[in-house]
Amino acid sequence: MANALVTGGRVSLGLAGALLALAVQAGGSPFVTPGSQAAKERSCVEATDFMRRNHMEVIKHQRDATVHGGIRSTKHSLAGCIDCHVARDAQGQVLPVNDEQQFCGACHDFAAVRLNCFDCHATVPAPAPGKAAGSAGQALGGASPGSSLPPGHPQPAAR
Amino acid sequence: MKNPSDMKNSSAVIDEGRRGFMRTAAGVATVTLAPGVLLHTLAHAGSPGQGGGVPRAEPVTDAVRYGMLIDTTRCAEGCTACVSACNRENGLDLQEMPTGADPALWDRQESRWIRKVKVQDNLTGHVSNLPLMCQHCEHPPCVDVCPTGASFKRADGIVMVDRHLCIGCRYCMMACPYKARSFIHANVEEKLTLAPRGKGCVESCNLCVHRRDHGQPSTACADACAAEGHHAILFGDLKDPASPLSQALAKLPSRQLRENLALNTGVRYSGV
Repeated sequence: MANALVTGGRVSLGLAGALLALAVQAGGSPFVTPGSQAAKERSCVEATDFMRRNHMEVIKHQRDATVHGGIRSTKHSLAGCIDCHVARDAQGQVLPVNDEQQFCGACHDFAAVRLNCFDCHATVPAPAPGKAAGSAGQALGGASPGSSLPPGHPQPAAR
Repeated sequence: MKNPSDMKNSSAVIDEGRRGFMRTAAGVATVTLAPGVLLHTLAHAGSPGQGGGVPRAEPVTDAVRYGMLIDTTRCAEGCTACVSACNRENGLDLQEMPTGADPALWDRQESRWIRKVKVQDNLTGHVSNLPLMCQHCEHPPCVDVCPTGASFKRADGIVMVDRHLCIGCRYCMMACPYKARSFIHANVEEKLTLAPRGKGCVESCNLCVHRRDHGQPSTACADACAAEGHHAILFGDLKDPASPLSQALAKLPSRQLRENLALNTGVRYSGV
């Protein structure tokens, strides 16, 4: 009888924990950068837990499909990560996603992961088509804040 | 055990009420379980490829082979429209000379995908101008020598570098008879989303591969040349006999540069 009570207690504790976790998630994950597109979404392109553990695998497989097969339509893409997770400062300037306080940079710093995606890849989204380059805080690459593109820069995002 | 005809009859009288309930339940479950995923997918469905055509969903095949015909009689001396268009398209104009570097050295080391070349026949004095870029060989020497498989030929004939695999040995630069490849010597501050670029990798013309993957018809250099009114560069599919490129190749006498190497280049020149 006592055993049953203890077990019951454990189960309800577990349930309460699960509910709490759900409630936190429903209230918006605290781990995305405030003000980014991702902060408005309920989950990433896959379940949040899956992405936390496996985002690197997902991107790694996608890169081969994109570079060698030319496939750029899938929901898994580094450009997609950046589009969604990039944040803006008070002036509306895009903040590079690998900065220490930003989505990629903060977590990799905490986890002591050193990676070189952004040695080559841009850290801010590609300018939207038709929008004058340099406007609306479309900075470029990992450059110093406020840098802007020379006029006439294109185009579709590499996916 | 029912016989097949009974099955057929029973499936004909479907309980519509039950089916409706299941449909609603499935809908409710989707909305309850995966609203974030659903919303995300919907939000992204609205902006495929961020303009400029639909992004490719199937792997490239060898049903096409991309190539170019360059009519050197139309290529104007002193015009560099193709070069600057290429630089702008692929972010090459964003390169900056490393601080303290020798300007003369930088002039030789800066990445260039197209070079304007002037050639003279010393016997006759005839001068030709031409843009020289990666010739997208069928049998590319750069791919032969690459120790890591970074230098590769895509199924549609585009010869390019997978920077994820490139170790920067520059063997491909030695092997290329056209001096088409460049090496990135220093960290790159600014880069485009569509043209990643970083220290320690080799790169070269990829026939505007992002345009190919978004179904756009031409390359930046061909567009720029046409906009100047020269129409010296014609881009297209070498395997399609009806393509303007194939028809022009059938009409105009053309040749491969260094045809003695038997590389079967994808870029052909006429008037040289």
